[in-house]
Amino acid sequence: MRHEIIEKNMGLMIVLILVAISFGAMVEIIPLFFQQKTTTPVANLKPLTALELEGRDIYIREGCVGCHSQMIRPFRSETERYGPYSVAGESVYEHPFLWGSKRTGPDLARVGQRYSDEWHRAHMYNPRDVVPESNMPSFPWLFEAKIDGNDTANKMIALRNVGVPYTDEAITTAKDDVRGKREIDALVAYLQQLGTVIKR
Amino acid sequence: MNELSSFWSAWVTILTLGSIFGSYWLLASVRKGQKNNTDTNATTGHVYDGIEEYDNPLPKWWYWKYVILVIFALGYLALYPGLGNFKGLLGWTQVKEYERAMEKAEAEFGPMFAQFANTPIEELAQNDQAMRIGQRLFSNNCAVCHGSAATGSYGFPNLTDNDWLYGGEAEAIKTTIMNGRVAAMPAWGVTLGEKGVYQVSQYVLSLSDRAEDMEAVESGKALYNTNCVACHGQEAKGNHLFGAPNLTDNIWLYGGSQEQIMQTVRNGRNGKMPAWNEILGEDKVHIVSSYVYSLSNQ
Repeated sequence: MRHEIIEKNMGLMIVLILVAISFGAMVEIIPLFFQQKTTTPVANLKPLTALELEGRDIYIREGCVGCHSQMIRPFRSETERYGPYSVAGESVYEHPFLWGSKRTGPDLARVGQRYSDEWHRAHMYNPRDVVPESNMPSFPWLFEAKIDGNDTANKMIALRNVGVPYTDEAITTAKDDVRGKREIDALVAYLQQLGTVIKR
Repeated sequence: MNELSSFWSAWVTILTLGSIFGSYWLLASVRKGQKNNTDTNATTGHVYDGIEEYDNPLPKWWYWKYVILVIFALGYLALYPGLGNFKGLLGWTQVKEYERAMEKAEAEFGPMFAQFANTPIEELAQNDQAMRIGQRLFSNNCAVCHGSAATGSYGFPNLTDNDWLYGGEAEAIKTTIMNGRVAAMPAWGVTLGEKGVYQVSQYVLSLSDRAEDMEAVESGKALYNTNCVACHGQEAKGNHLFGAPNLTDNIWLYGGSQEQIMQTVRNGRNGKMPAWNEILGEDKVHIVSSYVYSLSNQ
């Protein structure tokens, strides 16, 4: 073997390494872009409303995804606790995905409508008020901060550019829909729709 | 719908098998090219900062491990899905595996829940085994709001005090859990004005003998009789039909201080109990209902 040719030509070695490690992605990832199962929305999937979309951004901003997954795996122990397992078609309008991989807290993929809005507010303000053993942080500032809605329409346009079917009407009214709402109300609206498109 | 198109199926198959055979080819060609079959002191000829490199063959154990892994990979791909749309000889799928686990659990645990389905709730509340199951179901599903001791908290009813918003009869409890409840205390701030809110709150306080401003109690009573009586009743004992609480027993869902009562009157309350039928199924709801019933009816 002529190892020396590769070992003494850094550029060639880099190219060959890239080729060698790209096989996994080519087999595991690229075909998914073209598989109907992963690109077709499940029945009745709707884009998030303006308020829910702002709530989602608060979810991202506060780092909820660091402790909460949104991915119920097809195991009995998971579906017993959280509800039906997640399917790819539910996430078609998600940019970026918030599947997460860490469960310090419970999975939230189907938390929508499971508890009342009142419970969520009490829980966000101080989790220990409703779950004494909880180690979740409190988020009291969400009750003070208001959404100005200046970017909401642009966020929706950006999402529409990557395939989320927002209507012109939804984009036009977006700012008025969210302006002046408290951040907590946006976050609760977002949480309350999670996973509700698939019924038990 | 789950299928890949034939192009992508072929893509996956060819790349996967190509990688496996390709890495085996690499192994075989390295072996073929090596100069010695046993360890010698021969070197590759590289010298770098005075360090030389031995030219020894691949260790035997490493070589055979590699061969075994290649064989394992091919066997795995023959049995399990992996090569594009080829389903594998075992016909294994993730969903089938899940359904098998669910059927097994249903066969094992289903009868445990079902055996109590026809026992009346009052009777079931005396059954130790059912109550142990009920307590666990409660901990997993209900304790999040009502607390692990079922004593509730601000905004979430205490289930142990035999004071009921929607009725404490066995069937009423079960209906509440099955279908959920939505309470609708309207906001009276605009209608009554801040003064009216204060007067009504004084009247409500007087019902548990805690009023201080007797003049306000009198005006509050008049306001109560025109506005609140429809739901809370003439004697302020509440109404299970609307989930309107008894205002005379000094048990408060949203706090019983002057300020808290004013807050409730001013802004209204919309307590919501979620429906559990779809989440737990009727058999489990029946057991949880008995457990909740048992908390107030020992």
